[in-house]
This record gives sequence, structure tokens and C-alpha cells, in this order.
Amino acid sequence: MTNHDHELIRMPASALAEKLTSGEVSSVEATRAHLDRIGAVDGEVHAFLHTDPALSLRAAESIDERRAAGESLHPLAGVPIAIKDVIVTNDMPTTSGSKILEGWVPPYDATVMQKLRAAGLVPIGKTNMDEFAMGSSTEHSAYGPTHNPWDLERIPGGSGGGSAAAVASFEAPLALGSDTGGSIRQPAHVTGTVGVKPTYGGVSRYGAIALASSLDQIGPVSRTVLDSALLHDVIGGHDPRDSTSLTDEWPSMAEAVRRADVKGLKIGVITELDGDGFQPGLLERFREALDLLAAAGAEIVDVSLPSLEYAISAYYLIMPAEASSNLAKFDSVRFGLRVNPPGGGTVEDVMAATREVGFGAEAKRRIILGTYALSAGYYDAYYGSAQKVRTLVQRDFAAAFAGVDVLVSPTAPTTAFKLGQNDGDPMAMYLNDIATIPANLAGIPGISLPVGLATEDGLPVGIQFLAPAREDARLYGVGGALERLLEEKWGHTLISQAPDLAPGEMNAAEEGAV
Amino acid sequence: MAKAQLMDFDKALELFEPVLGFEVHVELNTKTKMFSDAPNYFGGEPNTNITPVDLGLPGSLPVVNGEAVRYSISLGLALGCSIAPSSRFARKNYFYPDLAKNYQISQFDEPIAFGGSVDVELPDGRMFTVPIERAHMEEDAGKLTHVGGATGRIQGAEYSLVDYNRAGVPLVEIVTDIIYGAEKDAPELAKAYVSTIRDIVVALGISDARMERGNLRCDANISLRPRTAPGEPPAKLGTRTETKNVNSLRSVERAIRYEIQRQAQILADGGTIIQETRHWHEDTGTTSAGRPKSDADDYRYFPEPDLLPVVPSPELIEELRAALPEPPAARRRRLKQEWGFTDLEFQDVQNAGLLVEVAETVAAGASPQAARKWWSGEISRLANAREAEASSLVSPADVAALVALVDSGALNDRLARQVLEGVIDGEGTPQEVVDARGLAVVSDDGALIAAIDEALAAQPDVLAKIKDGKVQAAGAVIGAVMKAMKGQADAARVRELVLERAAAS
Repeated sequence: MTNHDHELIRMPASALAEKLTSGEVSSVEATRAHLDRIGAVDGEVHAFLHTDPALSLRAAESIDERRAAGESLHPLAGVPIAIKDVIVTNDMPTTSGSKILEGWVPPYDATVMQKLRAAGLVPIGKTNMDEFAMGSSTEHSAYGPTHNPWDLERIPGGSGGGSAAAVASFEAPLALGSDTGGSIRQPAHVTGTVGVKPTYGGVSRYGAIALASSLDQIGPVSRTVLDSALLHDVIGGHDPRDSTSLTDEWPSMAEAVRRADVKGLKIGVITELDGDGFQPGLLERFREALDLLAAAGAEIVDVSLPSLEYAISAYYLIMPAEASSNLAKFDSVRFGLRVNPPGGGTVEDVMAATREVGFGAEAKRRIILGTYALSAGYYDAYYGSAQKVRTLVQRDFAAAFAGVDVLVSPTAPTTAFKLGQNDGDPMAMYLNDIATIPANLAGIPGISLPVGLATEDGLPVGIQFLAPAREDARLYGVGGALERLLEEKWGHTLISQAPDLAPGEMNAAEEGAV
Repeated sequence: MAKAQLMDFDKALELFEPVLGFEVHVELNTKTKMFSDAPNYFGGEPNTNITPVDLGLPGSLPVVNGEAVRYSISLGLALGCSIAPSSRFARKNYFYPDLAKNYQISQFDEPIAFGGSVDVELPDGRMFTVPIERAHMEEDAGKLTHVGGATGRIQGAEYSLVDYNRAGVPLVEIVTDIIYGAEKDAPELAKAYVSTIRDIVVALGISDARMERGNLRCDANISLRPRTAPGEPPAKLGTRTETKNVNSLRSVERAIRYEIQRQAQILADGGTIIQETRHWHEDTGTTSAGRPKSDADDYRYFPEPDLLPVVPSPELIEELRAALPEPPAARRRRLKQEWGFTDLEFQDVQNAGLLVEVAETVAAGASPQAARKWWSGEISRLANAREAEASSLVSPADVAALVALVDSGALNDRLARQVLEGVIDGEGTPQEVVDARGLAVVSDDGALIAAIDEALAAQPDVLAKIKDGKVQAAGAVIGAVMKAMKGQADAARVRELVLERAAAS
């Protein structure tokens, strides 16, 4: 890898976009540099389930040709982007991390894919994830786990560990994720990157393979707040194919970052998510970040959301209930895996055999949980009660936002844990989502960005801001401001401190620099 | 299958009170499907009218068809229902390969229309009010064809083919409350009720309402309860069966009658009725057991999270209410008067379920009497012979065209009946059949005169009688001429000419 390529893969998407627009760099060069990086490090990281270099380079070439022909292109045109495998793509297999969809190439593109392609971004591959987005570690992928670029023995978060690891290991400047209970924000937290869950309905879900329809939301993954904002501006907006998509006119998120200022901003610290059960060295970084914000003119107050205590329990009823129904379509009749039982059988036998083989343990666990929660005689006690808690959580947020502009908490209780550490203990895994789940229950937007490395283990720590529904721009404002304050204090970005995954490559680059 | 023992109908009524309930599914004729932009059309090459939504492909999402909502509101209003200010879709979860998502999007606890009633006219002219519990929107399933095996049903089939063209076609399901008091008229009431629903949806223009094509499908619930002595409290309701696959008005009536007789015999013999679905067999006029159905069937309904509640504006509801066609009973009174039919003539048409056909034939230009005569006469006779529904044989437009050909003198009655058969056999419009079969009446006087002169010459004794003023003798000559013209002549014109030629000779 040349020094030039080394620079290309490490610069943020916003900087790469400027070089593409000015003609200093071609999309083919940028795409090839990232493909080479994937070739060099993905054997260890395993962020990608599928790449098709020829296909990506053809897309890049077409952007270069259009630019050469004088066409006026979108500012992000030619920038490579990694796509979480939960999003259907008409030119690459889409598995949602499951064996039951192995090799399935959808006959259609998700709305976000159409928007990316229309803007000229270059899809560079499909990223790994927990099967059907069920997990917080990517260990539940049917295709093997992804490794955290900061420590390959550790989890990259989940379910979107692949997208976060791809961005953190410089395999792509941008990625798409999906967030049902934290699947964008928690991986951002453990990989020292940025991830945003938009307001429910802010980004079309058409073409996102559903885990839990009332909670799922597609969002951006990147290394800088501005990059997420630029991507958010591309994928957001109303889609008539998604009935739950909002019809609002959205302000520019990128503008919100550029205008970022926290002076006079009232920030509420969620007391329920600041203390017991949170790693002390992680809380140190969290408090330092709050101090920086206060020094910059923000007002920091404590806010209590008492019903958060029940949020995880409610989430783990609503999510599996919807999932049990959403996953019913995987029956071998129309697409995907088909397993014929020995000696043949009825269509029910074939469906059962296919689902037995095709679904992993976590998917089965949640299908059974959800089926039970919806069953006659249990519905009111489980699904019904969970919906009531959801309403209480929404009311708590509404009350909190009456007094503050944004809420803040650590993104997760701990830094990245070791692969396999929570094997056989689903409850411990579920508790990792305690800080992220409430936003999904309430439909509000959330951002996670890095605030440093935890004292005791030197692993990345993320901070999460939450805003009222439709106020995504507020998150980009406070996120952008904090990022600037931190980088001024450190004198560098956090991601630049990540260990290098291809030392040979690094040496070559350093030699080139001499 | 052992043939079920049937009790005499009158005796069954002496011992038991029939209690009814109907679920009628109406396929709406919207331009696109309930939740996708695929054309609302099925038949043709299997699996061609489909989108990712109709196939339930991963990632696809439903979008409610606004036209279907408006049609459903109109239907609800025509059924005298209240329209819910906010109604919701739910998922009905069960695994079946004709259901692409393995759940059906339907309405459960919050239907769009509820609490109405429909006035139904019995054959003897009495009015009966059928209470309507609700009308709700849902999507149709795909169509399964079971290949191999004797019955064409899934049991014993070698394999099954699925066509998703019908998947997602908009349906409204109309559910009655429990219907008491039909007594011996239960079979006729069933038929009259379905016929009235058909009249309503046709008048609204929201469905093609062809029962034989499944546009209108009736599931008939029936149970019997033992009669008690006067002064005693009524007995508990009996166990019900739900008869499906009832695809014509005639079948609805027959199926109810059959189930009353079958259940009565079982109960009288000390047996119990099993709560189950029963399949109606048009050919044998019997029902057979389907799957057991219990009230505890667990479909794990929950609100469809992919769709928002349906919240029609009060303005829209009032706009649709103002545009409602007149109710069927009022319409019948008006038509009877406009058409000038006698009570008997009108009831004949009504009871044969041909009101819509006659009305459409009149609308297409035929006189009411001619329309009635064809539908109640020749077309009904052919329908009986072919064991088909009269409405499925020929369109009102073709009947009107046929009447016009007769009125213009191009066809006589005998030829018109031949043309009708041609139309029914799919040879084209009446005019096309006339052209293809060369069936037009010979109106060329020259050809007729030649034939008449020949016949008169062959029968000089008849000629003499005519000249003597015995006009009725002309019949023999007319017969000979008609025979020579192979029937393709207007007998009245032949008669005129025969008299003219005889006088002139």
C-alpha cells in the first residue's frame, strides 16, 4: 500500500469527498485503496460477509466518467460505503447474517440503497452482523464473529459489529447500520466510532430485513460526526413505500455540525444510567466529557427517568413478539434455504426442517419467546404490559425534554468484552443494551461518539446523546461540538490511536513518508 | 365417505330452531392490491402480478390502498354501520404456503365498520332484518392447486402449486351477528341475504361480485337448538358448523337446508355436532368434514407495526355517505314500478337472483319485459340444464344486443335462442354469432316470394281454400316456406306475403 493509499483510507469521508470533487483523487483510486485494505486486514477483522471488487470498481468508474463529462455530482459521489447485510441489495447477496438466506440475491434494492446509488456513493460490500440483528456482539452471526480492531480478542459490538469494525479499521469511511435496541450506537461505543439512530420514521425501512418493525431504524456509521451527518442527509426523508416514514421536511444535519455550539444548551444527565453497573474507568471519561461541555457553556443538570428500570423487560417482550411474526416468512417456499426431511414430508415438515437448520440458537430463542408472549391467555400479561411500559417510557422522555434540550448517558455499561465471555448467558448480553434500548422504545434519535479510552483497559468509550423525536439536528450539533472540544484537548482523533492491523503496510507507508 | 342420514326438513324444524351466521368475503375491484402497487388482477400466467410485497420478500413493507379504504367505508355505510374514527390493522399469524408472509394482514379488534343491519326480502315478500356485527378490511391469500390425489385437496396430493397473483387482493369481510328467527325460511334467508349483499356491492360499483369467480364468497355458520315447551327458558345454543366453498346463491340455500337436515338427524340420534368447517360439494349437494375449528384457534393477533391506524376524515365519510346508491329494498320498489312488472313477475326475477342482470340489461337498452323474458326464461332454462348460475352464462350487454336483433326483425325467437347458445358457448357477441353461423332472418322478399309461389303451386287445394277466404289454411303454406327457408324467415312477414300472392294468383 502506498503512502497515498494509506492517506486515502484514513481520511474522513468529508475530506475524501472534497478530493473527489476537486478531481485530485478518482473514485476508482479511493475504492481500490479501500478494497486493498479489506484484502489486507479483513482476514483478521472479518467485518465483511461479501465484497465484489469488480462490481464496486465499475460503480466507481462510472462516477469518474460522469465527473469527467462535467456532470454536477452529489458532494459524496464516489465515496465508498459498507452496507450492513440487513439491507437488501439487488446486486449482492443479502443474508441478514443467517444461514436461512445464504446466497440470496434480492430482486430489489432497499430505498436507502436507491438513495445511495442516486447520490453516487460506491457500495463496497456487505458487513457482518448478529443473525437477523439479534445480539450485541456479532457472535450470533451464522458466518462467524467480527473482531474488534482495537483488540481482536474482543467483540466489536452488535448487531452491527461488521459496519463499525469496517469503519474503525479503515476498510470503509462510511457504513450503514440498523438500530433496533442499540445496534448502531453500541458498536460505535466499543470501536471508537460514531453511530446515529435517527428518529423512528426519519429514514425509510423499506428493504431493511425486519427484526422488530416498531423499533428498527437505519442509520449512519462513520469515524466523524460530520461524516454521519453527511450520510444522514443522503438517506433521510419521506418514502411512500414505508407507511411509518415521516413526511417532515428535514434540516441539513451537516449544517448542524458545522454550526455546532453548546453555549446555553441544557443537557440532562440520566441518573438511572450513571453509576451502578457501569465500569468506573468508563464513567471517568464520561464525566470529563461533561466537564468539557460545561466549560464550553452548556448547562448540565440531573434528570430522572424512573420507568427506565422496566425498559429492558418491555423491550425483550416487544422485540421478540414482532420478530416471531417477521421471521415467519422464512419458510423455504419462496426464497432462501430449503431442507427436505429424510423421506420427504408435508409442506409443514419441510418448513419445520428448514427453520430447524436455518435459524441459529438466538433466533430460535427469540421466536419462541415472542410466540409465547403473543399467545392467547398470555398476550395481556406480556405483550400488553410491555406496551404499557413503552408508553410510560415515552412519557418519561416527554417530561424530561420539557426541561432539557438533550439527554446524555454512557452508551453502554462496559467497554468491549471478550469474545465468548457471555456465551450461555443471554441475560448478561441483554443488559448491555440498557442505555440504548429506551430510545428505540420511545422512537427518539440517539448518537454515540467516542470520548476516550477507559482507564482500566484502554478500550474506547462512547457517550450517548438523546433528543426529542424529529430533533436529530440537535444531536449533530452537540455531538459535533463535543468532538471538536475533545480533539482540541487531545491534539488528535481517537481513532488515530487504534492499533495498526497491518504493521507491514504501516512500515511501507512510513518509509514512503520519509 | 358414508352418506349422511338426513332428517326430513319439516320434521327438523319441528324439533329444532336453526340459528345462523354468515361471513361474506367481498373482493374489491380496486386498481391495485390492498398493500402493494401490483395490478388487482388474477388469473393469467401464475406469479406474474406480484411485487416484493405480495411475495412477502424480506425487507418489503405494506402500504394501505386508499381506494380500498374508501370502498370499505362506502360498503360499511351501505350496511348501516358506524365507521370507526380510527381503525387498525393486525397480523393474523399462521403458517400456510398460500400466505406469503405466514401472517395475514387483517383487522381484528378495531374494524373499520361495525354495528349495522341489512333488510332482506324473503321470497314471500316479507322483510327480514339481518344484524351486521362488523365489516373489516384484509388481504386475500394466494391460490393453491393440489396436484395428484383423487380429491384435488391437500390431503393425498403429490405436490402443490402456489400462484401469488391473488395474494394481496383487497377483501372486505362482512360478519353478521347471530341471526335468530329465520325458522323454516333459513335456507331462503341465506340466499336472499347473500343476494342482497351482492346487490349492494354491485350498486356501489366496488366489486365484480361474480360468485363463480370467488369475487363474493360466503361461509355459512349454522347450529340447531332444541325447542322447549312454551314458558320454559330457551335451550343453550347448539354447536355450529361453518360451511365453506359455497359459490352460488343456489348453493347457499341448498347448503343451509342440507346442514339443518344433517345436524337434526345426528342430534335426534343422540349424537353430537363437531365444531368444524364443512366443505360444500356442488355436484353431490352435500357437505363433508374439513378441519376442526375451535374458538381457541390461536392466531396470535397483534397490531400490525408496519402500518399506521386508518383515520378517515369526517368529511370523507360524509362525502361517501352522500354518494351512496339507494338501498336495495327501496331500489326494488322503484324498479318494480318503473318496469311495470306484476308482483309475480317481479318476485320471479327477484327470487331467481336476477334483479341485477335484468336491471343491467334494461340499462343496456332492452325493454324490461324482453329482459325479464330472456333471463327468467331461456337463460334460466340453460343455466339449470348446465347446472350453472344464469349470471355466469352471458352478460347483460349481450342479452340487450340479442333483444335488439329480435326487435329489428333480424332474428326471430327461434333463431335468437340459437344465437344465445352460440354466445354462451363463447362464439362471440350476438352479432358475431349471427354472422358466423349465418343465422339472420331472410328479409329479402324476392327469395320469400319465390319460395311461396313454389309452395302454393305444390298445394293447389290450399291455394283454392285461401282464395275462398279460409285464411287459416295458409298455415300449411307458411310451414312449407319456413321449412324451405330453414327457419330463417319472419313468420309474420311470410304470412302477409302468402295472403298477397294467393290473392294475386
